[in-house]
Amino acid sequence: MTKTPDNISKKKFMEEFRRYHKGSVTRRHFLNVTGLGAASVVLAGAVPGLRPRPAFAAGDIGDRVILATWPNYHDPDNFDAFTEATGAHVQVNVFGSNEEMLAKLQAGGSGWDVYVPTNYTITTYVSEDLIEPLDTARLPNYDPSAFDPRYAEAGSVDGTLYAVPKNWGTTGYAVNTSHTDGKAMTSWKDFFDTTMDSFSGRTMVHDYQLTTIGNALKYFGYSFNSVAENELADAEKLLIDAKPHLFAISSDYQPSMRNGDAWMTMCWTGDGKQLNTDIPEIAYVLGVEGGELWSDYYAIPKGAPHMDAAYALINFLLDPEVNAKEVLAHGYPSADAHTNKLLPETLLNDPILYPAADLLNALEFGAAVTLTDPNRAELMARFKSA
Amino acid sequence: MTRRTRTWLLLMPAGTWFLVMLLLPLTVVLVFSFGERAPAGGVVPAFTFEQYANLPARWTAFKNTLTLAPVGTLAALLIAYPLAYFLAVKVDPKWKTILLVLVIVPFWTSILIRSYAWIFLLGGRGLPALLDWIGIEGVRLINTPFAVLVGIIYGYLPLMVFPIFVSLDRLDKRLLEAASDLGATRWNTFRQITLPLSIPGIATGCMLVFILLMGEFLIPALLGGGKVFFVGNALVDLFLQSRNWAYGSAVAVTLVIVMLITVTIYMRLINRLGASREDVSIM
Repeated sequence: MTKTPDNISKKKFMEEFRRYHKGSVTRRHFLNVTGLGAASVVLAGAVPGLRPRPAFAAGDIGDRVILATWPNYHDPDNFDAFTEATGAHVQVNVFGSNEEMLAKLQAGGSGWDVYVPTNYTITTYVSEDLIEPLDTARLPNYDPSAFDPRYAEAGSVDGTLYAVPKNWGTTGYAVNTSHTDGKAMTSWKDFFDTTMDSFSGRTMVHDYQLTTIGNALKYFGYSFNSVAENELADAEKLLIDAKPHLFAISSDYQPSMRNGDAWMTMCWTGDGKQLNTDIPEIAYVLGVEGGELWSDYYAIPKGAPHMDAAYALINFLLDPEVNAKEVLAHGYPSADAHTNKLLPETLLNDPILYPAADLLNALEFGAAVTLTDPNRAELMARFKSA
Repeated sequence: MTRRTRTWLLLMPAGTWFLVMLLLPLTVVLVFSFGERAPAGGVVPAFTFEQYANLPARWTAFKNTLTLAPVGTLAALLIAYPLAYFLAVKVDPKWKTILLVLVIVPFWTSILIRSYAWIFLLGGRGLPALLDWIGIEGVRLINTPFAVLVGIIYGYLPLMVFPIFVSLDRLDKRLLEAASDLGATRWNTFRQITLPLSIPGIATGCMLVFILLMGEFLIPALLGGGKVFFVGNALVDLFLQSRNWAYGSAVAVTLVIVMLITVTIYMRLINRLGASREDVSIM
């Protein structure tokens, strides 16, 4: 064993602890199954007293700001820098799914100041009156002309700006190529056929109806967003046939892919990048039939308790310098040209982050109706209980 | 202050608690269960039996729960009884406290973390690798109903051990001596004295474990890989994923009713057993 130093500073300790927390405890599925979004706490918020407070806070925005976001989606150093600059401490609530986030806001009293909705949820938040229109005068770092409109347009509903782009990404699959016997995996057809053949007992699908059903629909060449009865019936049959061959229905796929229990899984960009970086034989594949393209946004919920701090935090995270650090930490591409200018060339040429145009163009954004369709929800329940 | 007022005052905290934390929420759930799902999720007030008519769609979840809860309870009982017996009757008193504390120690860590640890124990690099090493190849443990059963027994064992331990610990040892003096074999002594006298402990332990198992969702999700679907999992999905509060409430109300029925039948059986026990002791 190596000798551990006797003294580590409080700051260092918190950093290490948070890194540990970030890496191993806040996993999508973990939170998803436990519904622990709210409870998955935010060690930082629990110990504000440990941190040195700046003698002078720039503008009085209060002592805290509460952010509801996804796992492994920020650089903790940026939050420290925000606290240094403003005196407001960033308290992070990590969530497992958009549905869960929506459920929490619908139930009321979330106490959040900033949250990170995905493109297809924003119209629902607007119609449910759960989202605050944004005042761009309070977001000087937001430069609409710098954003690729493909990843920014869902932030506006009927001409009103409700959300500004955070990151975008794709949903494909990760496959451990050391088990494919040289067979090239390129499509969702390959994904399901191989699952029911040589990969039996080794494949994972998301515990998320949007992507699991959507990708099963792509097997037949249907739209990722289909709610047509006959098309959903085909997808259901495929999923139920495949179920005995699945290793798990879970969105927490990294541990199983890493330890070799699972050989293939539905996968989001950042996870694909992280897996590929650590284990090069794990490849990230976008189905040639298409699949999902998504874009996450920063938004402020109606009645946010610390409105000034909310604007300050969003503005801070939109600063290209800060945003570039975020991208380097989480591995999801940004749609902001100013940020991309600051990123290393190797990252911008990475085929996992920035797929080839023909693969990218085949992808679809999820639709609001896909998220809220009761038939898809029931299909997922039948699949899981089959 | 009269005796009566004092009684009422002392009952107030518990009464308020039951009203606010149990009766009111249950009423809300009951009202929701007759409602309809709003287009974006949530509930629209209505008076319809539609949600209850839909219940067969969650039949598998009920079936799985009603299978695994009794099996898990029985397995926990079979493992807990010898342990409780050992702790209460056999062990040297000076070790007793330490051993009891060791049974409690796991409770200091969240069940979530402990169940998560089992993922690694049962995963490909855990026990199966060990079995592989001694020549038993190709064993898959994680994400099977067996893994769920292991997790359940592990998680609920202390709840079974303690009530049984208490009933055995209070057992009048002179009865055992008397039985021995009268020529009973050890097996007969156990069957006619020890076991009947520990029935209250067994009954309490089984009830505790069974009721908690009926609502279990964490262990099947973590150790069953999401493929083993219980009513608890159906409820989590209905409220957090599809946000169908009306249907979720109907499933929840049904679960409560199923539990009430099962527990009533169970209590009847235990009482009958208790009655026949008196016959035995008279004999």
